[in-house]
Amino acid sequence: MVVRSVLVDLLAGNRGGQILLAVLLAAVVVVPISNLLLPEDSVLHVPTYVVSLMGKYLTFALLALSVDLIWGYAGVLSLGHGAFFALGGYAMGMYMMRQIGDRGVYGHPELPDFMVFLDWKELPWYWQGFDWFPFAIIMALVVPGALALVFGWFAFRSRVTGVYLSIITQAMTFALMLAFFRNDMGFGGNNGLTDFKDLLGFNLQADGTRVALFCASAAAVALGYLLGRFIVRSRAGRVLVAVRDAETRVRFLGYRVEHYKLFVFVLSAMLAGLAGALYVPQVGIINPSEFAPAASIEIVVWVAVGGRGSLYGAVLGAILVNYAKTVFTGVLPDMWLFVLGGLFIAVTLFLPKGLVGTVPVFKRAGARWRRRSGRARSPESAP
Amino acid sequence: MPTRGFALPSLAAVFSCIAIVAIVAGGAPASHAATLDEAIQGLSAKSYKDRAVGVEVLAATGHPRTIPILEAMAKGQLFVRKADGVLVIGHKTGKVYSLTNALDGSAVGDARKKELKKVKVNNRLRGVIKAALGGLTLLSDDPDQREEAAAAVFAARDAGALETVEQAIAREEDPGLLDQLTLAKAAIETNPDFPLDVRLAAVERLSESALPEVRSLLASLSQESEPDAEVRASAAEALDAVERDLAFWNLLGAIFQGLSLGSVLLLAAVGLAITFGVMGVINMAHGELVMLGAYTTYVVQQLFRDFAPGGLDYSLAVAVPAAFLVAGAAGVAIERSVIRWLYGRPFETLLATWGLSLILQQLVRTVFGPTNREVSSPSWLSGAFETATGLVLPYNRVAIIIFSLLVVAGIALVLRRTALGLYMRAVTQNRSMASSMGIRTGWVDAATFGLGAGIAGVAGVALSQIDNVSPNLGQAYIVDSFMVVVFGGVGNLWGTLVGAMSLGVINKFLEPFAGAVLAKILVLVAIILFIQKRPRGLFALKGRAAES
Repeated sequence: MVVRSVLVDLLAGNRGGQILLAVLLAAVVVVPISNLLLPEDSVLHVPTYVVSLMGKYLTFALLALSVDLIWGYAGVLSLGHGAFFALGGYAMGMYMMRQIGDRGVYGHPELPDFMVFLDWKELPWYWQGFDWFPFAIIMALVVPGALALVFGWFAFRSRVTGVYLSIITQAMTFALMLAFFRNDMGFGGNNGLTDFKDLLGFNLQADGTRVALFCASAAAVALGYLLGRFIVRSRAGRVLVAVRDAETRVRFLGYRVEHYKLFVFVLSAMLAGLAGALYVPQVGIINPSEFAPAASIEIVVWVAVGGRGSLYGAVLGAILVNYAKTVFTGVLPDMWLFVLGGLFIAVTLFLPKGLVGTVPVFKRAGARWRRRSGRARSPESAP
Repeated sequence: MPTRGFALPSLAAVFSCIAIVAIVAGGAPASHAATLDEAIQGLSAKSYKDRAVGVEVLAATGHPRTIPILEAMAKGQLFVRKADGVLVIGHKTGKVYSLTNALDGSAVGDARKKELKKVKVNNRLRGVIKAALGGLTLLSDDPDQREEAAAAVFAARDAGALETVEQAIAREEDPGLLDQLTLAKAAIETNPDFPLDVRLAAVERLSESALPEVRSLLASLSQESEPDAEVRASAAEALDAVERDLAFWNLLGAIFQGLSLGSVLLLAAVGLAITFGVMGVINMAHGELVMLGAYTTYVVQQLFRDFAPGGLDYSLAVAVPAAFLVAGAAGVAIERSVIRWLYGRPFETLLATWGLSLILQQLVRTVFGPTNREVSSPSWLSGAFETATGLVLPYNRVAIIIFSLLVVAGIALVLRRTALGLYMRAVTQNRSMASSMGIRTGWVDAATFGLGAGIAGVAGVALSQIDNVSPNLGQAYIVDSFMVVVFGGVGNLWGTLVGAMSLGVINKFLEPFAGAVLAKILVLVAIILFIQKRPRGLFALKGRAAES
């Protein structure tokens, strides 16, 4: 009962959120039926690779949602969220590497292939425990969260704000990228972690596993959305918005600004880590390029395209931009960077509130049009 | 002094001995061809001892033929033809030996084994031949050969070569080679056969050099195997001095490399210091403006190659202003079309300029292709200063350090001494006041951004000399150059200069301990921590300008 009332409360008067949850629910029902039950030659059959592609978009949507939470509501532009995403992905990747067991190329019962290749004799201490799924999932949340906690504690405490913070988060992910490129870090270096076989005993190539991962991603987006919505509607969320709009004033009113920021930063990093953990089994690889500064900035543009500060806008933006990316890199690979670059500029210049921000404009225009045409049709009803 | 004892048609060793004494006493080289004929006869003397003397006599002639003759002798390929007593070099081909005249290298037919008498060598004689060969090239006319020989003598430390070394020292004019020769002499004189005072003096001489082979020699002299305690102690002391010296030169080398890296960072960051520091605009496309400058250098060089190949060495002089104009024009265009709508919205500026950077990258990739473009260095920039202590200063690195300082000085001049600089500072400090004083702030914005972009282009010219010119050139520097600006303090040229140089030096000092990648990571982490401590950088602006 409580859950239901909370749900109603979170969604009341929130048309975007209602639509988002409805679409996700529909997808979770329709996609498995279509992929698993309908014959392959059916028009309505969704091929497995499309299921995985959509699952990937959903993990990006969750990532964008986490960025919107911190950027849209706390006014902290993180250019390092790709790092949290990748750390979550590595945690999941490590679990799946351990699941390979002795089926690797070198057939070593204990060590992943790349460690055998590097002539390592035993598993490094930080790989211990990753053969146990709950531990890996917890790590996918805890490691990004801990990094965000330490980094944010230093940054917010000394009042590094605005673009300074953006630049040092970028330096953070850049440093991590360099670190993960090193072979002796023990994360597969350049090649990263790949050649996964199965997850919780289910074959990763099987249709059923793919559909299950898709559904898990959709559920994660839905829960992430509700959690984010819950936070921004809470008292703390209101303080965050106040911080975004007038940080000094909030501080003078007696709020510990850095605590609010730190809380939402850590939470956002954990959501990003979860997104990474769901992303890796669906694409089958995680490597240091996920840490690239460019990747992190791209996330921001998804949010900007969708519209920051609404949560569902971020989801919309992530899916649309990534769909466009898939289309363009397939048809006109050379054009994609022009399109993406143009998108950055066009959104900032012409759509400061993103696509979601255009809805009220259309509504107003529609209302005006209806009023005018209504007047034209029945002039006598006008006063 | 005529040709000394060699003129005597004698094979006798005793005469040869006199000859050597004469050479050492006279110190002048023997004239070659006149005596070679006689000298080689000494090689076929009866006893090994006499033959050893013969080898030394021959070596003392310095004749070019002596080298093949002695090499053949050491390998047991030197024979006397029984029929006429001529000295020949024989190579076994099948059952017969094909012969060449030892004197002039001309082919003189074949012979069977029993027609020949081998000039026998034993181990002692081989040693003498080897030392003689080393000594021989010491007197060569080719400085490279002399250098090689000096190194060989140094390594062999054969007392037999001492006379030749002294001879070579007497006639050597090149100071660098002279240094090596005296070192070789000192190395020989450390042999236990020499009197104590000579040995100590030799060790003293060795301690003046920091070459690795000198160090290993000194190290071996300071070991237990050295019989004389005094020499041991003095060698150990000398070794310490050398190590200290070396540490000093290594330090200088690291500082130079650090300054070199710092100057590159400075060039990449100084344009950013203007756009970010003065205007408060985060220009993520800055790296791409650097890249445009590098590609301009490439195009200018291609034009020179096609139309004025003679002036290719000076194409850089044209490339610098060209790159400034190209990148500056691009900067003004960016400012007028995008950035001016976004003043006061730093996040949006950041995103829009990032988009611009993607477009510029792809544009260059489309026009020039994704592969690296070759930009050659002019001849006056290739090469390096080298010191005897192993410090290498490549000219292009030195040039970039000087160039970067000139650029900073130029910008400082523009900001402090020109009308444009005055307007810029006015607009930065108080936009509305400047505007009401009649300054066209929009125009000043465009000019400031154009200046920053133009400087980025000039940086590209310098980077094209040391880095690959590829569409990704700018990406490699963007994080680093932001770090420099943030570390040094925003809006402060001096801070940028100090920030860039200290980051470069710190990086190079960490590298020996941590490796290149880890050093970079450590520096990034250090900056992130540093910003926590001083959020406004090393040299923060004070007073009203620091608000906002």
